[in-house]
Order: sequence, then structure tokens, then C-alpha cells
Amino acid sequence: MIALLLLLIPLATGLICFGLKQGNAAKYFSLLASVATLGLALIAVYTPSSIGYDTAWLSDLGSRFTLKMDGMGKMLCLLTAVVYPLIFTAVYRNEYKNASAFFGLMLLTQAGLMGVFLATDALLFYFFWELALIPVYFLCSLWGGEKRIAVTFKFFIYTFIGSLLMLVGLLYMYFQTADHSFSIASLYAVKLDAVHQSLLFWLFFVAFAIKMPIFPFHTWQPDAYEQSPTATTMVMSGVMVKMGLFAVVRWLIPMFPLATAQFSNTVIILSVIGMIYASLIAIRQDDIKRLIAYSSIAHIGLMSAAIFTNNPSALTGVMIQMFNHGINVIGLWILADLIEKQLGTRKLSELGGLAQKAPAMAILLVLMALANIALPLTNAFVGEFLMFNGLFGHNIWMAAVAGISIILAAVYTLNMVQKIIYGNLSARTENAMDLPLNVKLALVIIAILVIVFGVFPQPMIELTKDSVRALFVKN
Amino acid sequence: MNAIIVSAILGVVMMFTGIFTKHKSSITLTAIVALFILLGVNLLNSYGIFSIQVNTHELLYFNKLGLYFNTILIASTLLFVLLCGKEIEKVGIHTAEYYALIFFVLCGTTILTSFNGLLMLFLGIEILSIPLYILTGADKRNLKSNEASLKYFLMGAFSTGIMLMGIALLYGATGSFTLSVQSVQPLSLGTQGVSFLQAGGLILLFVSLCFKVSAAPFHFWTPDVYDGAPTVFTSFMATIVKAAGFFAFIKVFDANAALLGPSWKILLSIVIIATLFVGNITAVFQRSIKRMLAYSSIAQAGFMLFALYSYNDMAYQGILLYTVAYCLATIGFFAVLMKVKDYTFDGLNGLAAASPVLAFSATVFLLSLAGIPLTAGFFAKYYMLASVVKAGGALWMVIAAVLFAAVSVYYYFKVIQSMYFKEGQPELNEITTGFKLGVLLLAAGIIAIGILPSIVLNWLYF
Repeated sequence: MIALLLLLIPLATGLICFGLKQGNAAKYFSLLASVATLGLALIAVYTPSSIGYDTAWLSDLGSRFTLKMDGMGKMLCLLTAVVYPLIFTAVYRNEYKNASAFFGLMLLTQAGLMGVFLATDALLFYFFWELALIPVYFLCSLWGGEKRIAVTFKFFIYTFIGSLLMLVGLLYMYFQTADHSFSIASLYAVKLDAVHQSLLFWLFFVAFAIKMPIFPFHTWQPDAYEQSPTATTMVMSGVMVKMGLFAVVRWLIPMFPLATAQFSNTVIILSVIGMIYASLIAIRQDDIKRLIAYSSIAHIGLMSAAIFTNNPSALTGVMIQMFNHGINVIGLWILADLIEKQLGTRKLSELGGLAQKAPAMAILLVLMALANIALPLTNAFVGEFLMFNGLFGHNIWMAAVAGISIILAAVYTLNMVQKIIYGNLSARTENAMDLPLNVKLALVIIAILVIVFGVFPQPMIELTKDSVRALFVKN
Repeated sequence: MNAIIVSAILGVVMMFTGIFTKHKSSITLTAIVALFILLGVNLLNSYGIFSIQVNTHELLYFNKLGLYFNTILIASTLLFVLLCGKEIEKVGIHTAEYYALIFFVLCGTTILTSFNGLLMLFLGIEILSIPLYILTGADKRNLKSNEASLKYFLMGAFSTGIMLMGIALLYGATGSFTLSVQSVQPLSLGTQGVSFLQAGGLILLFVSLCFKVSAAPFHFWTPDVYDGAPTVFTSFMATIVKAAGFFAFIKVFDANAALLGPSWKILLSIVIIATLFVGNITAVFQRSIKRMLAYSSIAQAGFMLFALYSYNDMAYQGILLYTVAYCLATIGFFAVLMKVKDYTFDGLNGLAAASPVLAFSATVFLLSLAGIPLTAGFFAKYYMLASVVKAGGALWMVIAAVLFAAVSVYYYFKVIQSMYFKEGQPELNEITTGFKLGVLLLAAGIIAIGILPSIVLNWLYF
């Protein structure tokens, strides 16, 4: 029942939000709704047994409305639930044209995301996979930057092609199941020969790779992140990209173990290329949003490489990092949004000296930056360490090349920090003010999470232990 | 039999209403009542409560699937008249005659869902087509409408000729007009037990039916005719008439496809891929939404042809669902489009601000046409693709089809972009509250089918 509520609350409140006349009422209402969802997610996380919901849906098609939460599902639902109140708090003072529609669409996206992480019926999963996309399409196209229409369209077509290919793969798998069913157990039980596995592997993998995105399917991402309204960018980079990683662990690897073994090196090489490539581009960026976008590609590349190392500790690292990357990147986006809203520019070359004017912001920015580099005692360190450990065990050379990206991450992140908070005041930054209360609140919560999970990552490891184990028992 | 007889009689009745009343709206009202009667008698027939019995010497054969298909088509026509009745009145002064012709078309469609011999197929196609030639030219002071009508007539007559030739060859081969030629011992002229005449006849039949459902490379008439015809009749042609054509197509080749052996699948897959290619790629480059919809209807035909390719239970369910989904969405979208004065993409700029209800409903219709989940169109496409995967062996065609579906997103979403993301002041015709409620209900219906497609399919097994 809790699982169903996690889905229904954002859905229902999102629809109600459209009906609200006043923008402020919508803001307040959606903040309350997201807090309620967070409470529910916490209850779900602290329920020791697995939680599920099951009812008949399309019996002619062998599909049931089945929701189930395992450790990974709980963790990602928690991430989705944590992120939303933070975003809504941080953008509380932003003005949106037609705010009730904006917040309604945001909540509908949350419902779609929850559905993706909860569904254990493949057709239902496909439904939510698409449904998470539609509201984002409208959010970006309506409230985005000046090139928004073309950019969002590219993003949409990209992901839509991916999901259609996945649909073909799903259909094929469906007819291979013994009982003609889309349930996860039946799909896992299908034993295909290596040739068919390798074909189907790519049908699914392209869909997931576009979503993550990993090289060479990443071209939609920097533009989309840059042009979207920042609140939506936060959802996209904090939670939506995790859909791809999640789907690989949940669906791809268990269904096609032979093909996974066959192509793991290909995927790791693509991921490592992406990491280096994105890091190098990030160094040359002048726009904060684009810099964070490329940095995000590099981080995701490491996670996707680690998943394919077939190593339990690397997978544990991925689990932790999925959560922590979501939190950290949102911290960076909140700061980027604040700078843009307050100073009217996102260009590093026009900023400088903010440490004098806005000390609280400077401190928090440095903390987020350190977390982005994965310095020890920040939350990202544990995950990255475990992932590199796994990658090292898999292939030393790949680990060595991927390791370069850590250095590059330090280069571009510290460079960004330096240009924003040090140096002389520019014309833009002369009148800068420190953080408003709502932003400060959101950032402080993120900072606490960063440090707590950096020092004590055990709860997260415990939470996702069963998912990690399940994958390796199966293989 | 009920629907065939009653639709013909109602057609005549409609013709005479023009004498008794000059009020156009009362003629529309009569047509709506008449359609309810027609729907009623067809339902009586399909539930087995009351049916007129005529000895047709096995020329006609009524089964549940055909009768259900009648219900869908009559209900769609009813919906069409309810939403677009005002537009039909605006076409010209002969409102009663237009409705009469629509009823004659329906008579043709009911024959096409129940024919049991090639002779009745021919009659059905002709009864369906001739009123359409007139409806296409209904806007008689418009040169484009005249041109479309003449073009349609000439091309239609030509394809009918081909069909007759095919039927003649088949008759020559088997000595019978019955549909299932296999029951008759084939004259074994060919090497595989299929005579040359039989194979030739079937291919000619195939070509002429491809023409009727506008499958490439026999589609060239479609854009011009759909563009030239009064928009309200384009909507009718693109949905109800086309669906009936498909039903006939499937029926003919269900019984006969096996005769052509493996070459049948090759022939069909070429036509399907060509249709998907031409329809989708050309639609991308259109400036006028009406013309884009003409090409998109070609593209949708490509998807429907998959039912011929796979021929299994999913294909039949699929074609039903596809018909419902496609008719509802297309009728709805045309209804919205007719409220706008300028049919180019830019003409819809800013519709979301001018009329949120219309823009929202149109978005649902377009999402359904594009096959996005949670709309009826998704399951329509899903069943078609699933039937092909189930039949086995042609995964490459399924992959090609989904890639073309992704292309279709491009041109459908361009309309959404105009409505929502671009600024503008669209010139609108008068929009009544009833109309708004109508399209909104239609959109709700499409979403309902998109969540539970069994609403439509369970009727088949009642």
C-alpha cells in the first residue's frame, strides 16, 4: 500500500495543482505534497521487509500492475522523495509564469520517476519510463531558455527512439517467456542463446544509455541541461539519469547475463572515453550550467563502467553514488541558479570576488565543489573509491585512464570555484547579496547530508545490500 | 443484414428531409437521430435479438467481428456528425444530400464488413466510393475541390478496373466468386499448384486494394484529394472509409494469402516499408497541417498493414483497436483543426493561450496518433507490433516500424509546439461550450482506452 501511495500522492497532488488559481498557493501546496511523499518514503525505507502492491491490469496481455520495493528501489525512491522538497524550497522565491502548471508538471514527473523505480512488471515499467518524459518535455519547452524548443525536441526524440527500441526488445522477450507474462520473474527465467542475447542487449542498452547518457549518446544532454529551467535540470540530472543506471541493474544484466559478459568491456571503454572526453570539455566551459552538465556526464560514466565490472564492491559503490551524486549535483545546480537569478549571468568570466560579498554562499559552494571532486569525508568519496576499486580489479589500464578524470575533475571544479568566489569584483558581482533564507535552508540540509554520508555511509550500504547480492547470486 | 438495409433506407430518407425543412440544423439533428437508429439496429443484430433475414445465396456472411466493426464505424460516424455537424452545414447549400451520401457510404462499409464473395466486395467498394467522389467535390465553387474530385474519380475508376480484372482472372481460374478459393480445386498450371491466373488475379486485387487504403506506391492520389476536399469530408474519408477498406483488405487475403506462398510476405513487406517510409518522411516536410495529416494517414496505413502480415488473433484485435484509436484521434483532431481559420503550422501558434481546452484535447489526439503510452494509440501500435513479433521472424520490420514511429513524433509534436510554445493570435471560428465538452470527453475516452484497452476488446468476446 505504501508503494502505491508513493506513486499516487505525487500524481494526485500534481493534478490538483493544475486547478489551483494562485501561483503561490501552488508553490506552497506542492512543497507540502513533496514533504508528505518524503515522510512516506522514510517509512518505506525503515520497513524492514520488502513492500509491494499487486493488482490485475491487462490480463489479456499478460501484464499486471505490480509494484515492489527492494533495497535499490527504496534507495532511489528515497532519493526522489528527498530531492523534491529541496528543489521546491530552493526555488520558492523564483517567479514562474503560470506557476500552478509548472509545479503540477513537476509533481507528475515525480510520479513517473517513482513508477519507474517501483514497477516490477516490464510493461508497467515501460509506461512509467515514458510518462516521466512527457511532463519534462513540457517543462523544458515552456519555461526554458531561448533555444529551448529545438533543444528539448532533440532530447525528446532521442529518448523516444531509445524507448521504442526497448519496447521491441520487451515484446520479443514477452513471447519467449514460458507463461507469456511481463512479470520480472518470468523475464528473468528466459534463457536465450548468446546470439539472441547480444541483439536484445543492444535494443535495451541503447534506451538506457541514451537516458544516462553515456558516450556517444550524450549529445542531447548539455544543451538540455543548459536550456531547461533549473528546477527541471535538477530533476533531470539528479534523478532522471539514475533511471538508466537503475534499469541496467534491474532489467538488463539479469535478463542477458551472457551478452553482459560479452559486451562489458565495450561498455566500460565507452564509459571511460565519455569520462575523459566530458572532463576535458568541462575544463574549457565558461558557462556554469554547461560545466556542471559535462561534469555530470563524467560522473555517470564512472557509474556505468562500475556496473559492468561484475564486482560486488563496485556495485555497492554505484548504489551509494547514485544517491550521493543526486544530492551533490542538486547542490551545485541550486548555487548556479542562485547566481544566475541574482547576477544575471552564468559566465565564469563575468563573475569573481563573491567570497567578499556572500561568505555563506562561498562556504557552501566550496563544500559542494569538494564533494564533486569526491574528497575524503564527503559523501562521494566512499562510492567513487569502491567503484575505482572494482574497476581496478577488472582491468588496470581502464582504471588508470578513468583515474585521470579524477584529476581533471579537480581542475575544472576548483577552477570554477576560483573564478566565482575569488579574484576581483566585477561589474556584475558588485551588488551581490548573500543567500536568501530558503536557499540557505536547502543548501544546509544538503551539506549535512554530504558530510553525514561521507563519514557514515553504512546505512546506505545496508539498505541496498539485498539488491547487490541478488544480482550476484543470479549470475 | 440490418445495417445494410437500414442505412440504405435512411440514406433515401435523408435525401427527402431537404424538401421538408430548410433549416440546416434540423437536417443535422435528423441525421444524428438516424445514426442512433442505425447504431441501434446494428447492435440488435450483433446481440442476436433481432435481425432481418434475407437469403443472399451465401454472397453475404455475418459474423461477430464484422458486426462489431460495423458498430465501431457507425459510432465513429455518429461522433463525427456530433462534432462536425456545423461544419458540414457550412460546406454548401445541399446539406441533406451530404448526409444522404454519408449514409450511402455507410451502406458500402457494412457490405465490406460482411461480403463473402468477390462480387459483393466489388459492389461494396463501388457503393462506398461513388458517394465519396461527390463529397470530395462538394465545395463546387472551389477549384481545388473540383480538381480533387476529378482526380479521385479517375484514379478510383482505374483501380476499380484493375480490381475487376483481378476478379475476372480469379473467376477464370476457379469458376467461382467465393472468397475462399482454396476450397475449389485449383487448375494446376503453375508449379506450386497455384495457377498463373489465380496468382495474377490475386496480385491485381492486391494492387487495387492498396490503392483504396492508400498504401505506397499507390498512394499518389491521397495528398491531393485529402487536401482538396472540404476538410470535414477529409476527416470522414481518412477515418471511417479507410478503416472499412482495411477490413475488406484483410478479409480477402485472410482466405487467399496462403496461395501466394512465401512471395506474399516479401511483396507485403516491401509495400509496408515503402508506405511507412513515404508517409512519415514526406509528412515531415509539409507546411500545411491538413496535408501533413494526409501523409500521416498514409503512414498510419503502413502500421495497419501489419495486421495482414501477421494474421493471428492479435492482428484482429489490433486492427479493431487501431481503427478505434485512429478514428477517435483523427476525427477529434480534424474537429479542432476546423475551428482554426489558417491550416498552416503557424496558424495554430498560441492556441493554448486562446483556448486551453482545445489545445489540451488536440494534444491528447496527437499523442495518441504518435503512439505515446497512456493513450489509445499506444496500444493500437503495440498490438500491431506484438502480432508481428508473435508471428515470428521479422524483427527487422518491427525495428524499422518503431524508427518510423519516432519520425512521426517529429511532425505531430511540431503541432504541439505551435500550440503551446509559440506566441500568436490564432483566428478562431465560433466555439460553443458543447463542442468544448465534446472534444474533452473524446480526449478522456482516448486516455481511458489507453489505460484499459480491454474496454474495446472485451466487446469482441461478450
